[in-house]
Amino acid sequence: MGATRIPTALTQEGRTGTGTGGIGESTLRPDGTLKVTGEFAYSSDLWHEDMLWGHTLRSPHAHAEIRSLDVSAALAVPGVYAVLTHDDLPAGTHYGLERADQPVLAEDVVRFHGEPVAIVAADHPETARRAAERIRVDYAVLPVVTDEASATAPGAPLLHPGRGDGTPHPNIVHRQPVRRGDVAAARARADVVVRGEYEVGMQDQAFLGPESGLAVPAEDGGIDLYIATQWLHVDRRQLAPVLGLPEEKVRLTLSGVGGAFGAREDLSMQAHACLLALHTGRPVKIVYNRYESFFGHVHRHPAKLSYEHGATSDGKLTHVTARIVLDGGAYASSSPAVVGNAASLGAGPYEIGHVDIEALALYTNNPPCGAMRGFGAVQACFAYEAQMDKLARELGLDPVDFRQRNAMSQGSLMPTGQRVDSPAPVAELLRRVRDMPMPPAEQWVTAGERADVRALPGGLSNTTHGEGVVRGVGYAVGIKNVGFSEGFDDYSTARVRLEAVNGEPVAVVHTAMAEVGQGGVTVHAQIARTELGVTRVVIDPADTRVGSAGSTSASRQTYMTGGAVRNTCRAVAAEVLRRGRERFGDRHPAWSAAGDGAGGAPGGAGGTPDGAGGGGPRLEGGKIVTADGEVLAGLAEVLGDEAVDIELEFRHRPTQPFHPQTGQGFGHVQYSFCAHRAVVEVDTELGLVKVVELAAAQDVGRAINPLSVVGQIHGGSTQGLGLAVMEEIVVSPDGLVRNPSFTDYLIPTVLDTPAMPVDVLELADDHAPYGLRGVGEAPTLSSTPAVVAAIRAATGLPLRRVPVRPEHITGC
Amino acid sequence: MDFLRPAGWEEALAAKAEHPDAVPIAGGTDLMVEINFGHRRPERLLDLTRIGELGEWGTDGDTVLLGASVPYTRIMERLRAELPGLALAAHTVASPQIRNRGGVGGNLGTASPAGDAHPALLAAGAEVEAESVRGSRLIPVDAFYTGVKRNALEPDELIKRVHIKKAAGPQQFSKVGTRNAMVIAVCAFGLALHPDTRTVRTGIGSAAPTPVRARAAEDFLAGVLEEDGLWESGAVLPPAAARRFAELAAGACNPIDDVRGSADYRRHAVTVMARRTLGWAWEDYRGTTRRSAEGGTPCA
Repeated sequence: MGATRIPTALTQEGRTGTGTGGIGESTLRPDGTLKVTGEFAYSSDLWHEDMLWGHTLRSPHAHAEIRSLDVSAALAVPGVYAVLTHDDLPAGTHYGLERADQPVLAEDVVRFHGEPVAIVAADHPETARRAAERIRVDYAVLPVVTDEASATAPGAPLLHPGRGDGTPHPNIVHRQPVRRGDVAAARARADVVVRGEYEVGMQDQAFLGPESGLAVPAEDGGIDLYIATQWLHVDRRQLAPVLGLPEEKVRLTLSGVGGAFGAREDLSMQAHACLLALHTGRPVKIVYNRYESFFGHVHRHPAKLSYEHGATSDGKLTHVTARIVLDGGAYASSSPAVVGNAASLGAGPYEIGHVDIEALALYTNNPPCGAMRGFGAVQACFAYEAQMDKLARELGLDPVDFRQRNAMSQGSLMPTGQRVDSPAPVAELLRRVRDMPMPPAEQWVTAGERADVRALPGGLSNTTHGEGVVRGVGYAVGIKNVGFSEGFDDYSTARVRLEAVNGEPVAVVHTAMAEVGQGGVTVHAQIARTELGVTRVVIDPADTRVGSAGSTSASRQTYMTGGAVRNTCRAVAAEVLRRGRERFGDRHPAWSAAGDGAGGAPGGAGGTPDGAGGGGPRLEGGKIVTADGEVLAGLAEVLGDEAVDIELEFRHRPTQPFHPQTGQGFGHVQYSFCAHRAVVEVDTELGLVKVVELAAAQDVGRAINPLSVVGQIHGGSTQGLGLAVMEEIVVSPDGLVRNPSFTDYLIPTVLDTPAMPVDVLELADDHAPYGLRGVGEAPTLSSTPAVVAAIRAATGLPLRRVPVRPEHITGC
Repeated sequence: MDFLRPAGWEEALAAKAEHPDAVPIAGGTDLMVEINFGHRRPERLLDLTRIGELGEWGTDGDTVLLGASVPYTRIMERLRAELPGLALAAHTVASPQIRNRGGVGGNLGTASPAGDAHPALLAAGAEVEAESVRGSRLIPVDAFYTGVKRNALEPDELIKRVHIKKAAGPQQFSKVGTRNAMVIAVCAFGLALHPDTRTVRTGIGSAAPTPVRARAAEDFLAGVLEEDGLWESGAVLPPAAARRFAELAAGACNPIDDVRGSADYRRHAVTVMARRTLGWAWEDYRGTTRRSAEGGTPCA
């Protein structure tokens, strides 16, 4: 293998001040400094001798028939090695996460703007691009469907004719009702009923490292793919049939990932690079530029939501009805699971006995939508939190107080009938953000004559020195599931080797977990130190030589692959103790307590949610010690020349599918909750917004790495802020993307990102490893509605759509 | 793509005369985006980065001679007193990295209505010094913008520098974007009070096919200031006059709906910016007249 700058193992010493680098400490990430200084090797930095560059020709239309395709002029360009179209595919022609409905290359029709039509390999990226321009495609433009009305109109063009899976219309990807109680009777008891229509625009994940990878053909006829992705094994599962290879000949290695947020769950250039490499017999690299990246991955589903809530005059919710229509775009991607989330979480973190929710996703000719941080729960949270404020106002109640009266808690029933069986401190989180000190007023006022415009809406654009500026405060809280739901067999694999190197014990942790910037490799090292009592931990590159780690999504990796590392470490520790007893058992009576499989967690905290072993010997400080801390043997001494090497799978407790008509079922593994208070200042004349402060409180069960936890909450909050006030992919009525660049797709800059005080609760979930709760997504939910509530408070406007644009505030 | 690298100004003029299709590149902050996105594929680039004098500025009496490549960062940091309007505009240009590379010559060469420098140059009454092997000429900036992304340069001409009078009175610049930094203008407004000539000048960006002045607003305000003796008295500006000025400024707009904002919003925002910038500028002016009345340095 001659590839350079391929991922290398990360050795982490991990000591932080006085700590041991175990769980609960803010050990620093090995990739942090490299990324900040520009030295981190991303997948776009991959290089191989003799490699070719791939380029993708994409559809300029949202819906068109391909009448003819002529690649001869492209093939004639000197330096071009291959031009492939649908007709050249060697085996499978379609792929998809949940349904294989997406063509690797368009066959006779293109269904969205930017759909791949042909791929080129050449000895220079510019040559490949120019050759692609010479491919002649004769398109006959077809009518488009772009929303529910056009997609379900009589005679509407069908995106995927011949579907027979029982949805109400072939252009509906999936539909999930959730029904509980008697809404009609509850409505009759309500003293106040409020209704609202809401809309969420199409948000992009906007990761900074565009799609890229390097496919290297192997001597055995297989392929080695170095790739930035979120889930190596699901990429492989989709790739093998397309390449016509058995899975064991499709080997993937994770390369440097520059962010993901859901956008790397689906395949992008993986199949294209592999096909070109196998066809030419040469390594092929593909890197999207920013423009192409906007067409190369799925986005967050835009949504239209209709809600009705009722409440009694004493401020108790009576019922909720909701209809949530998500635009899935041209292909299924993960739309069915997004629908399941929107439906099951659509009532929010509240106790409501009478519920009638319907969520569905459409097939349209808009860009395909799928996974993005928050995954269906974001859209619902924007709507139900707007409703909560509306109800509170109608009832003359404080919005926080009203929410607290209805907040769910441990033991509450979800609308799906699932009992929430771990802490759900919703009222407490709201109290904590409400009670934080308020940021000072008019922070732009300086000692001199001039206003500090950086503290004002418009910032350095110098649009106001305080004129027209009104402050507003808003609150929101949300509920997100953790892990894969609805009966999915969700598991992670970890391989742990403990060996003595130069007389020092070293743990090697090997998983296929995609480190996408969340800090998972740091957490794995912390867990290994805690469980094995070692200092040095080597994290092997993630690849498909080890079993699946599942996806880095659904806030699940610390729970799932972290859980797998913990359990495997405990099995390793048990084996070490067994060997120790075998060799040294006659030296000390304490050895007899070192039972098989009892685990060797430090502290020997029997009966904890961790399920750790009893009061026998344990691994600590590179040694085996008794419960009283007396040294029995050194780890290196016990290990000798023979490493302990174990690979195990870890599963969370099983879930159930939702009933197709009622939505009832134990569908989710775990819930996570976050509350926000937003303080904004709005230039009411120009419609410009400055978020002054965005305070959060979140229950994380157990903060394995507190610094990373706060980082996740900051990042999620900022992404939610972006959706509130600026981030939207604008799609024209004919399905064309109008702003595929960072010039016009705006994400928050540092001047848009406010102070973000964070209050972290740690209430253990007894079902989860170390009691932890997934962190990454919940803050993305409540951030958006809190910011918009604050803008409503400042302006008195209803603001039913995000992102809020200046025109929505000024009315023109 | 040919890449021409003249070592000096004369050589650059000769190259441009020989290859009128060559596209000049200095900071590259605009052109490279166009090239990277494939929007433009010039046959030839004319690299001006080796010509040191383009990155320099000096003064000639009461005029600043600003080299076409003087980066915005330098304008912000070094020319705040002489060119306050342009310095404010420079501060709103993109990011620090871009401001370190980009200069006024690029804005003028591209002549996009969204260029941040234009409203400030219009308000200040700048002149563009264009040169070719045939000679040199000064083009008033009012006459420089001839259409959407078109300017008055002849094919063989290069922008050498911009002549801008040192501010004799307050200048302001304001720009609306949908983000608090690093944003392309939805629209922008520049204002300069010229007490020495008792005139008012304005510039509007991104609200018409080209950067434009709001002449009716300028004439109206100059008239009010003259008739009411406000230049001398430094009295409070009647609010009705400020409102009328703002309405007339919006009347100079001919905006479009696009992905960045609606035409109606642009007109509205220009109204608000015109009223506010006038308020700030006039308060500044009143401050200086008050100080001079109290025995400070005489007002220009």
